Amino acid sequence: MITYILRRLAVGVVVLLFATVLVFVLVAESGNPIGALLANPHIPRSVIRLKELQLHLNDPMWQRYWIWFSHVLRGDFGVSNNGLAVRHQLEIHLFVTLRMVILSTVLSIFLAITVGLISALRYDTIVDRGVSVVNFLFLSVPVFVVGLVLKTFVAVPIDQHFHRVVLATAGEQNPLATGNFFQRLPDYASHTILPTITLVLATYASWAIYQRSTLLDVMDSDYVRLARAKGISPRRVLLRHILRNALIPVTTVIALDFAGVLGGAVITETVYGWNGLGRFFLDGVNNLDVNVTLAYLLLTAVIVIVFNLMADIAYGVLDPRIRYGKR
Amino acid sequence: MSEPGVNEFEAMTVSADDAATQGMALEARGQWASVLHRFVRNIQAMTGLITFVLLLIVSFVYTSLHASAYSTISFTVNSPPSASHLFGTNSIGIDMLAQILKGVLADVQVAVMVAIMAVVIGTLIGSVSGYYGGKIDSTLMRFVDLILVIPVLVVLVLLAHLVAQKANNWFWLAIIIGSLSWTYIARLVRAEFLSLRERDFVEASRALGASDWRIITRHLIPNAVGPIIVNATITIAGAIVLESTLSYLGLGIQPPNVSLGLLIEQGQNSATTEYWLFVYPAAFLLLLIVSVFFIGDGLRSALDPRQGRVRS
Repeated sequence: MITYILRRLAVGVVVLLFATVLVFVLVAESGNPIGALLANPHIPRSVIRLKELQLHLNDPMWQRYWIWFSHVLRGDFGVSNNGLAVRHQLEIHLFVTLRMVILSTVLSIFLAITVGLISALRYDTIVDRGVSVVNFLFLSVPVFVVGLVLKTFVAVPIDQHFHRVVLATAGEQNPLATGNFFQRLPDYASHTILPTITLVLATYASWAIYQRSTLLDVMDSDYVRLARAKGISPRRVLLRHILRNALIPVTTVIALDFAGVLGGAVITETVYGWNGLGRFFLDGVNNLDVNVTLAYLLLTAVIVIVFNLMADIAYGVLDPRIRYGKR
Repeated sequence: MSEPGVNEFEAMTVSADDAATQGMALEARGQWASVLHRFVRNIQAMTGLITFVLLLIVSFVYTSLHASAYSTISFTVNSPPSASHLFGTNSIGIDMLAQILKGVLADVQVAVMVAIMAVVIGTLIGSVSGYYGGKIDSTLMRFVDLILVIPVLVVLVLLAHLVAQKANNWFWLAIIIGSLSWTYIARLVRAEFLSLRERDFVEASRALGASDWRIITRHLIPNAVGPIIVNATITIAGAIVLESTLSYLGLGIQPPNVSLGLLIEQGQNSATTEYWLFVYPAAFLLLLIVSVFFIGDGLRSALDPRQGRVRS
C-alpha cells in the first residue's frame, strides 16, 4: 500500500513538472507582460528596465523557468507583475474561495445522496421521473447561468421586498464591515448564501444521477435479495446492505470531481464579483503573469493529484476486495 | 406488414427488452435495429432529438433567409418582444431572434467540431494504448494525466487570448476545446480495449493472421462504438457549456459574431429591466444543452438496456 502511494506520488510529481513547463512556456510565449508600460510614452526608460530586471524578461526561457523552479522549491512563488508576493496573495484569495467551495461541497454531497436515494427508492414512479428531469436540468445548465438567474430573479426581488440587502449579490464581504468575526458573521452569510447555492446546484446533479444508478445496481444485487429473503427489516437492509455499498463508487466520483468544483467556483466568483482565486487567476492570465498562473496551476494540479490518489485509497479502504500494489 | 409472419415477428420483438432483462437472448432484430427501436420508444430521448433537430432547422433556415439580420443596427432600440421583433431588440436595435438563432448555430458548429476531434483523437490514443499496452500504454496514459492535471480553464483562457482577435475565431476556439476534450473518450476506449482484446474472437482473428490494424478497426472499435457514441454526444453538450462559459468571460466568440454565451453576457446587466436580452438567450442555451443531454442519455439506455432496469 505504502509503495503504491509513493509510486503514484512520484508519477504525480513528474506529471506536475511537465505541466509547469508546458504552462510556463505557454504564458511566456503569449506576449509581453509589460506591453502596457511599453506602449505608454510617459514611462521613463529606467522604470521599464527595472521591471524587465524584476521579471527576468531578458533572460532566456530555460533560465527564467529555472529561477521560478528553484524559488518554488524554497516555498517562494515569486512576485506578480505588480511586484507583490504571489504566495501572500494566493493565501488570501484561497481563503475566500475555500469558504464557498467547502460549504458547497458538503451541501452537494448531502443533497446528491438524498436526491439519489429518493429517486432510487421511488424507482420508475412520477417522483423518480420528476427528480431525474430536474437533475438533468441542473446537469446541463452552465454555472454562470445558474448564478445570473439566482442573482436577478431571486436576490433582487427579495432585496426589493425587504427594502434592504438581505442577499448580497456583489463581493465576498462588505468592505466597510467592522467588528470581530462574530459581528461580521451576518455579513459573511449574506454574501455567501447565493454563491454557495449556485455552486451546489451546478455540482450536485452529476453526483445524484450517479448515486441513483449505483443504488439501483446494488438494490438489484443478489446479496440484497438474500438479505431481504433472510427477513432482515427493510430499514436495516437499506442502511447496512444497500447504502453502505452504494456509497463506495460515489465517494470516488466526488473526490475525482473536486477539481471541477474548484473550476465552477472560478466562474461563480466571476458572476458574484468575489475577490477570490478565480479573480486572482483570471487577472493573472489576462496580465500574462507567469508567477500567478503557475501558482494557480500548482495549487489546482496538486489538488487533482492528491484527490485522485485519495479516491483510489478510499476505494481500497471502503471495499476490502480491492488490493493495490500487486498485479 | 401485409404478411402474417411479419406481424408475428413484430409481436415477438415488443417484449424483446423485457426478455433481455431476464437474460434471454432473443435474436429478433439486428443489434442496431433494436437500439433504434429502444431509442424511438424513449419519450425523453425523442423529445431531446426533436427539439435539437427543430432548433437546428429553424436556426439554419432563419439565418439563411436573413443573412445579415444578426448585425443589422436599427432605430428601434430596446423594444420589448413584439410582432415585428419576436424577442425584442437590444440597445443598438439589433433583432434578438436573429442573434439568438445565429448564436445557436455558432454553438452547435463549435460543439460538433469539438466532438469530432474528441472522438478521433480519443479513439486513436485509447485504441493504441489499450491494444498494445505496456510502455506505450503507460506513456500515453501519463500524457492523458498531464492534460487532466492542467486546469482546462488555464489553457483555454491563455489560448483563447491568442485567437480572440482572429477574424473567424469559432474555428480556432473549437480546435482549442477539442484538443483538450478527448481525454475521457481515450480512457474509455482504452478500458474497453483492455477487456475486449482478451476475448476469444480477437484471439481467433489473430490466429487467422489478421493484422493489428484489421483487428483494431474491424473487431475492437465496432465493439466499443456504443460508449463512444454516447460520450461523443455528452462531449457536444460539454463543449457548448465550455464555449458559452468562455464567451461569458469575454474570451470566446467575439462581436460582431454572436454566441449564446456572449448574448447572455451582454444581457446580464439589463436582466431586470429588459428581461428579453437575458432570458431568451439563456432559455435557448438551456434548451440546446438539455436536448443534447437527453439524446445522450437516451442513446446510453438504448445501447445498454440492462442499465437502470431493476426490479427488486
